[in-house]
Amino acid sequence: MSKTTRRNFVLSVGALGATTSVLGWPVLGQAKTAGGRVVVIGGGFGGASCARYLRRLSSDIDVTLVERDSKFMTCPFSNAVLGGLYDMDFITHGYEALREKYGVKIVHDSAVDVDAGAKKVRLANGSSLQYDRLVVSPGIDLRWDAIEGYDEAASAAMPHAWKAGEQTTILRRQLEAMPDGGVVVIAPPGNPFRCPPGPYERASLIAHYLKKHKPRSKILIFDAKPKFSKQPLFEQGWQALYPGMIEWISESEGGAIDGVDIKAMTVNPTFGDPQKGDVINVIPPQKAGMIAGVAGLTDDNGWCPVDQRTFESKAQKDIHVIGDAAIATPMPKSGFAASSQGKVCAAAIVASLSGQEMPDPSYVNTCYSLVGPDYGISVAAVYRLGDDGIAAVAGAGGVSPKDADAEFRAAESRYAVGWYQSITSDIWG
Amino acid sequence: MRTSIRLWNLIILLSASLALMPAVQAEELSRAAILSASCEGCHGTGGRSPGAIPPIAGKSAEYLREALESFRSGEREATVMGRHATGYSDEEIRQIAEYFSKQ
Repeated sequence: MSKTTRRNFVLSVGALGATTSVLGWPVLGQAKTAGGRVVVIGGGFGGASCARYLRRLSSDIDVTLVERDSKFMTCPFSNAVLGGLYDMDFITHGYEALREKYGVKIVHDSAVDVDAGAKKVRLANGSSLQYDRLVVSPGIDLRWDAIEGYDEAASAAMPHAWKAGEQTTILRRQLEAMPDGGVVVIAPPGNPFRCPPGPYERASLIAHYLKKHKPRSKILIFDAKPKFSKQPLFEQGWQALYPGMIEWISESEGGAIDGVDIKAMTVNPTFGDPQKGDVINVIPPQKAGMIAGVAGLTDDNGWCPVDQRTFESKAQKDIHVIGDAAIATPMPKSGFAASSQGKVCAAAIVASLSGQEMPDPSYVNTCYSLVGPDYGISVAAVYRLGDDGIAAVAGAGGVSPKDADAEFRAAESRYAVGWYQSITSDIWG
Repeated sequence: MRTSIRLWNLIILLSASLALMPAVQAEELSRAAILSASCEGCHGTGGRSPGAIPPIAGKSAEYLREALESFRSGEREATVMGRHATGYSDEEIRQIAEYFSKQ
């Protein structure tokens, strides 16, 4: 059987699975199995990991993954695309393996409502999915009301590129079109937000591109924060690789912005003069993805309180929230953390549906940042459940050493790529 | 045309049986599996790393235990493994080593 034929063959399985579940036919679709029915909303790091581990831990659980897009583009390594190290294909992943190898039913549609009482998820196409347990892993939505003048339309002129895809491509094109000697403004939000080291890795890899192609250019980081993730390591790397090119303006120095002007191409700091940029990357404040709010899972700040052992929502029974949308402090809002939470959540659901006791959870985070193609740094943490929820294990974790040599940084840059290949294959491969 | 209709029927039939089949043999819900799931993020599913991170699938439990213990004590040099290994007890290391030795 040729590869194409096999793909068509599998697509027909998916289509049948979706149709029958919508109509409630007993075969193929959401048959009431001994193991129960789990619907997972969102096929990113959290949701796709959870779906896969549910099926790894139980072959009788019927798992349906609802994901709007047929392909997923990861935020991790999207900065490397911006820096010209990789293309979009490298960060694009499909759902074939989840369907073929793990028996997860994939429905490409948007979840638009949840009826927690009737245990139903309504899809944009009008149909509904019935669940025994629901996992909500919607990632983030951007707060379009947070910065004056910065709404969704403005993001075509000043891309956020904080969800990988079209936005990444827009920002990359703008960097390519920018003249030598231009100014790139990056404006990261206050905490909490998706991927704490992300804006600074982005500055690094844009600097890598500019140093090669437009060496007279500058990068200004207008930051709403007084300090940032892996700061001493980033600053050391910038000094070593791009001296004088990146300037970080902290909150107290007037870094926080409260408005933009897309015509004038300026950002407006809370105090001080507007700053003009040739390319402006606004990373606005965030909240849990829309469906979390619609389902009544969010608190006043827009994030979802959960039982940190099972990730079951504190607001709605039998609904679990994982990933960036969940409050899992001290775990960061990272793809790796989302995946780790997805696995723990899968274990909790399997235990609950099969009447087994859930083993003690264990969580982990490992995030690499590339300061340059041969210069990697990392942060790691191991977590366990304490009396007050998730707690980092004392004495473990931390960031790469400050005094490491070039070989150490080069090794971590290779591991960064290996990390990406491993985690994406552990989720989508 | 007739052949293609037959083929289509066959595809539907096969699709049905495929969808009903457990995709993979489910593994036991255990503390060892939960602990080891953390390792799989970097070392790949079952420890079968596709890239630069060393694969750990199928190495002997003794080898894996010694490696983790020497990372934890700092005796063996590492980039990130020291920061991970210090997060686990002797018993947890034993369970992780056992898990990947069977992959």
